[in-house]
Amino acid sequence: MSQHTLGEFEELVLLMVASQHDDAYGVSILAGLEKDLGKSLNISAVHVALKRMEDKGYVKSRFGGITEDRGGRRKKFYMVTALGKKMLDVQFELRNAIYKRIPKITFG
Amino acid sequence: MQPPGKIIQFLRWFCREDYIEEIEGDLVEVFKKDYATSPRKAHAKFALSVIRYVRPQFIKRLKISESSTTGMYSNYLKVGWRSLIRNGGYSVINITGLAIGMTIAILNGVWIWHEFSFNKYHDNYERIAQVGETGLDPERNGTFLGTTMTYPLATELIGNYRQQFKRISRASSSFQGDKILAAGETKILSPGLYTDPDMLAMLSLKMLSGNWSALSEKHSIVIAQSVADALFGTQDPINEVITLDNRSEVMVTGVFEDLPQNTEFERMKFFAPWSLFLEENPWIEKRALNDWRNHFIKIFVEIPEGKTFDEVIPQIKGALQFAPEDIEGARARKQELTLYAMSDWHLYPPNLRGSQMQPILMLKMVGAIGFFVLVLACINFINLSTARAEKRAKEVGIRKTIGSGRGQLVSHFFYESFLVVIFAFLAAVALSLLAMPAFSSIASQNIEIPWGNPWFWAACLAFIVVTSLLAGSYPAIHLSSFNPVRALKGNGRAGRGASLPRRMLVVFQFSISVVLTISTVVVFKQIQFAKNRPVGYDRQGLIMMPKRSDAFKGKYEILRNELKRTGTVSEVSESMGPATEIYSGNNGWDWKGRNPDYDESFATLSVSHLHGKTIGWKIIQGRDFDPDIPADSLGIVINESALAIMGLNAPIGEPVSWTWWVDKSKVFNYTILGVVEDMVMESPYLPAEPTIFFIKGHNGSPSWLNVRIRPDVALADALPKVESVFRKIVPSVPFQFSFADDQYAKKFGKEETMGKLASIFAALAILISCLGLLGLASYVTETRTKEIGVRKVLGATVIRLWRMLSSDFVWLVLIACCAAAPIAWYLMSNWLANFPYRTDLSAWVFLVTVIGAVVVTFGTVSYQAIRTALMNPVNCLRTE
Repeated sequence: MSQHTLGEFEELVLLMVASQHDDAYGVSILAGLEKDLGKSLNISAVHVALKRMEDKGYVKSRFGGITEDRGGRRKKFYMVTALGKKMLDVQFELRNAIYKRIPKITFG
Repeated sequence: MQPPGKIIQFLRWFCREDYIEEIEGDLVEVFKKDYATSPRKAHAKFALSVIRYVRPQFIKRLKISESSTTGMYSNYLKVGWRSLIRNGGYSVINITGLAIGMTIAILNGVWIWHEFSFNKYHDNYERIAQVGETGLDPERNGTFLGTTMTYPLATELIGNYRQQFKRISRASSSFQGDKILAAGETKILSPGLYTDPDMLAMLSLKMLSGNWSALSEKHSIVIAQSVADALFGTQDPINEVITLDNRSEVMVTGVFEDLPQNTEFERMKFFAPWSLFLEENPWIEKRALNDWRNHFIKIFVEIPEGKTFDEVIPQIKGALQFAPEDIEGARARKQELTLYAMSDWHLYPPNLRGSQMQPILMLKMVGAIGFFVLVLACINFINLSTARAEKRAKEVGIRKTIGSGRGQLVSHFFYESFLVVIFAFLAAVALSLLAMPAFSSIASQNIEIPWGNPWFWAACLAFIVVTSLLAGSYPAIHLSSFNPVRALKGNGRAGRGASLPRRMLVVFQFSISVVLTISTVVVFKQIQFAKNRPVGYDRQGLIMMPKRSDAFKGKYEILRNELKRTGTVSEVSESMGPATEIYSGNNGWDWKGRNPDYDESFATLSVSHLHGKTIGWKIIQGRDFDPDIPADSLGIVINESALAIMGLNAPIGEPVSWTWWVDKSKVFNYTILGVVEDMVMESPYLPAEPTIFFIKGHNGSPSWLNVRIRPDVALADALPKVESVFRKIVPSVPFQFSFADDQYAKKFGKEETMGKLASIFAALAILISCLGLLGLASYVTETRTKEIGVRKVLGATVIRLWRMLSSDFVWLVLIACCAAAPIAWYLMSNWLANFPYRTDLSAWVFLVTVIGAVVVTFGTVSYQAIRTALMNPVNCLRTE
């Protein structure tokens, strides 16, 4: 676990990549996050996280076709890898397990 | 609705190529979405987003864009290094030659630097001067400069011209030479200056204790650190009492850091107040205060900031006055006041006699020699690299074929020469370090390499660059000019003309070496000639000693008797000045048949009886002074030169009279008793001065003692006995003396320095030239191996081959000798013309040098020639 780290924002990006299965690229991830989080983000932040996770082996990428919208540039699609998926599972389990230990208390 | 092109360009410029596709695409997409809501905001956001990508993760690797040139340089380095290693012999010759040349250049450069650094220790270096009198000097067809001034002049300058100077100080060393400084039982002899209080501040002495106003009290003294250590050890010297010459008691009020060796006042170990000087020399206040003839003090001034000497000099000219009887002569000589700047003291000493060399001239020579030896070494480098070019023709051909431009090849060869020069420079620095002690002892200077000085390093750097450019220029241009087709076909060798520049360089090299060699021989010949000159007295075992203290008064007879009683001393005498110098001269002499238009000056020395016996002069006519004849007190002994000037046929018994210039009514009438052989008391290169000796008692007092050790007693045995006598009779005076032969030998100092340096430089120049010749010879024989093989097959003998291979070089050297001989002759006859007593430029010097050069050439070349000639022809003919 120690060599596999996942930051908070990275986790969100990774979740988004997994949820948009096979259709996740920079702008779509940005749009999804902005919608779910309800605040505006900068595309560069998404790119930084994607590149880091690609280096760590949590996501892999492929180029798509050329689109008019993008000034002739191709899209780069991201997919979650097995390792990435496992990281998400581990994170989820961990949080869930701890969450379950919270006593049933109602707050005011 | 396109995003701004400039910003995209910027993004493409810095962003990694493999990321640009995705990042640019996403950015454009976001921009377009934003543009729909607010175009202005979209632009701003786009620019901001781009800037956010400027982070290491997304920036191109800088290395990638530069790697091609680094690779090229490392390739140059590799190729250069390989060719150095492969041609080990050449490289050693090359680097050695260059290193020797650079060592000499460094040493000479440091020496020149040292000479120019003189007196710069003083903060006010540029504004300090000595007051002097200048005027025409018909004897030397130039001007003279006197810096010993009269007392009233100083009074005048201080009284009426004080505002022209920031500081002014009179100064005089003690007339008796070094002073005896005593603290309790500890006594030392040291030289010092009596000055006005301003002097300390003027010289900006570094005070270790006390301050610059330490000389305001009459009985005070400021001493050097070394003196303080010697007298008081670790004790604090301040307020301690020192007795000067067993007479005046003074209190230490300051200690200064010893002046460094490259200052004029280096020897001065104490400064005492001027008022004390007046007290110790009461005659000054009695007789000298208004005497415009008696020159005996020095005056130092510091001009205010922002003024130049040229501005100040006209302002102070009016201070100079003359005694009425001198006015006419002074006007004829256009005598006037001047300021002799401190910056000139060391390199431009005044009143040099013909045979004395201007220090600046000596420095120019040193510089020129350093430069020439360096040029020799560079020529070596050029010769060897061009010779090696044949071997590298193929490399050049391939490089050109692959696409090297000429500029690249040129820079490649410069790079290689730079590599060699760096090696040579490192070796040269090591060599200079090793040679420095020996070198500074020859130059009799305390020279050090100024490691801490940034200018030194700047000079070294400049020096490396210049040398690599100088040494690398010809190879770079020559080698890069090869035609690749011819070079690759294997006959890139140019025709006969190609070796011409190389030959010319060899001739040039040997010309310089031969000139240096001939000059060295001539310098030594001149020194030897002067050393062999008959001196007219016996220098061996003659001890000379100044009578430094009043303690000697009335002790002469008892000293003499005691010394003779030790059995080691044959005779003792007193004289005015030591036997190796002339301390006094006078005009006003008259004799029978004198040319009334000309008032000859004679050296006039008063001596005790038996002085002649003590120093061993040789009487050629008449007799010595006789203690038993009272009338001899008015007798004189003259030397041959004096006799020649007087022109008397039968000098013995002739009357000679002398009128004292101070008081014309005082006329002394002498009789010539004897004539002695000329004695060389001053410069051994000058004719002997006409000299008159008289018996002490009425004209000047003899201030020196001469002690003749018996020739059959060893000096080592005699000295302790002599010393014990002195300790007993004049216990207050430290026993310090000099040997006549030492003092005489010192007269050759400058010339010997020059001779030694010239011989070292000449030897090294020859060595460098021979190294070059060796390399060249091996190259020539290598290129001719096939020819030699054929010749051998056809029946040539080893001797013939050897002759054939060597004669080329011998011719070159002979041509060099022919070119060098007239140059050397011209230079050396000019140099010798400085010496009235000089050797001649005989033909054998030239002949021997030429023969020597040819022999050395043969020796150098023969090794290669014979080796090649002995080779089996099969080996070299089979190479194809």
